[in-house]
Amino acid sequence: MSHNPQRLCAIDELPEGESKGFDLDGDGQDELFVVHREGVLYAYRNSCPHQPGAPMAWRRHAYLNKEASLIVCFAHGAQFDIESGLCIDGPCQGASLTAVPLSQDRDGNVYLTE
Amino acid sequence: MKIIGPDALLFGVDDLEACTQYLTDYGLTPVGDGRFEAMDGTAIVIAAKDDTSLPADMGNGCQLRKTLYGVADEATLNAVAEELGKDREVRRLEDGSIEALDDMGFTLGFQLTIRRDYEAPAEVVHSPGSNAPKRELNELGVDPSVKITPRSLSHLVYFVPDGDKAEAFYRDRLGFRVTDRLVGAGPFMQPGGTQDHHTLFMIQAPEFMRGLEHFTFHFGGPTEVMLAGSRMVEKGYQSFWGPGRHQMGSNWFWYFNSPFGARMEMDADMDLHDEQWVAREIPISAEISQAFLFQYREKWIPGPGGGK
Repeated sequence: MSHNPQRLCAIDELPEGESKGFDLDGDGQDELFVVHREGVLYAYRNSCPHQPGAPMAWRRHAYLNKEASLIVCFAHGAQFDIESGLCIDGPCQGASLTAVPLSQDRDGNVYLTE
Repeated sequence: MKIIGPDALLFGVDDLEACTQYLTDYGLTPVGDGRFEAMDGTAIVIAAKDDTSLPADMGNGCQLRKTLYGVADEATLNAVAEELGKDREVRRLEDGSIEALDDMGFTLGFQLTIRRDYEAPAEVVHSPGSNAPKRELNELGVDPSVKITPRSLSHLVYFVPDGDKAEAFYRDRLGFRVTDRLVGAGPFMQPGGTQDHHTLFMIQAPEFMRGLEHFTFHFGGPTEVMLAGSRMVEKGYQSFWGPGRHQMGSNWFWYFNSPFGARMEMDADMDLHDEQWVAREIPISAEISQAFLFQYREKWIPGPGGGK
C-alpha cells in the first residue's frame, strides 16, 4: 500500500450486488465508482470510453442494469463486463473502462491504492 | 405529406420501475398502461423488454422499439402507406395506424395525430425598448415551486450506419426537408406538417452504434428548462450536457442520462422555419454545437461570509 492512501468508505457501505459512486473533489460529479460483486470490489473511473469524460450513471450510484449483472453507461447504452471492464455491447464495443486499484485493511476500510 | 412529428416513442425497457420514476420526475403525466404524456397528449410508452406485443429490438441493447409519427390527415396516412408499400411490407394495425421499417431498420408507425389542443402560459420576457407583450404589472417572473409539465414531444436523434441512405429515405419517401446540416455528423430534418427546426436529427456512426441517441420534449421556455433541470439534479439524476443553448435550432437544452440507455433532453424555444429557409452547412465542432454552456452548481449565497 502506498503512502497515505485515500480512504473511500467502509466495506459495509458497499452492499453486495450494488454500485456506489464517489465524488472525491465535491464538484457534484463522481470521479469513480465501485461495484461489489460476489465478494469482490471492482472500481472504475466514471468516464465512458465512447466519449471520454462522459458520466455514466443515470442517477446517483446507479451504474448497473436491473439484474446488477452488467455495468451500463446510461448516456448511450454501452454495456460492460463487471469483472474486466470490457465493453461487450453498445457504442464502444471492445474498449475498456479504466480500472482503479483498491485495497482493504483488516478493519474493513476501503482505500484507493494510487 | 403532412407528417407532424413523433406522437409517441415506444420502449422495451430493462427496468420498468426506474423508467416510471424517471419519466414522472421529468414531469410527464402517467396515464396508465405504461404511457406518460405531455400536455398535448404526445407520449413515451414503456413496456418490459420481453413484452411480446412490442416490435422486435435491434439486437444491440437499444431500448427504442418504435417511433410513432402523427400525421395531419387520412390522405397523408394513405400516401405514406402507398409510398412505403412500393418496396417493403406495410402493416395495418387494429387501431388504424400503419407500421413499416425505415431504411436503417428502425420501426416506424404512422397514425392520425392524437395531439390535442391545449393552452399553457408563455414565458414572457421584459425586453427594454421592445413593444412585445409584457407581463402584467405586479405579475412575478419566477415561481420556484411551480409545477412544470413538458408541452410536446419535440425530436429524436438516431445513430445511423449510412447517413446518406437514411437522409434519402426521409427526404425522398416521406417528404422531410433538411433545415441545416452539421457536416461530419448529419442532417436536421423537418417533416412537412410542422415548422419546428427539426423533429429528427441523424448522426453517422458505425453499425454497432445504430440506435437512439437522445429524445426530448419542448418545455414552455428557458426558465422552465433551467428549473425542471435543476430539480432533476437535486433528485440525484446525472446531467450529461447543459444547460445551454444550441446554435442549430436555437433551442435551449439540458441533457440527462436515463435508464433508457439514451439521453433525455429538455428543450425550449426552437426556431421555426418554412420553405423560404436556406439550410446551412457547417462542419461539426464544439463551437457550433452551442452558443453557450453552463453547468449546475449547488445553490449558494455570495454574502459577506461567502459561504452558504
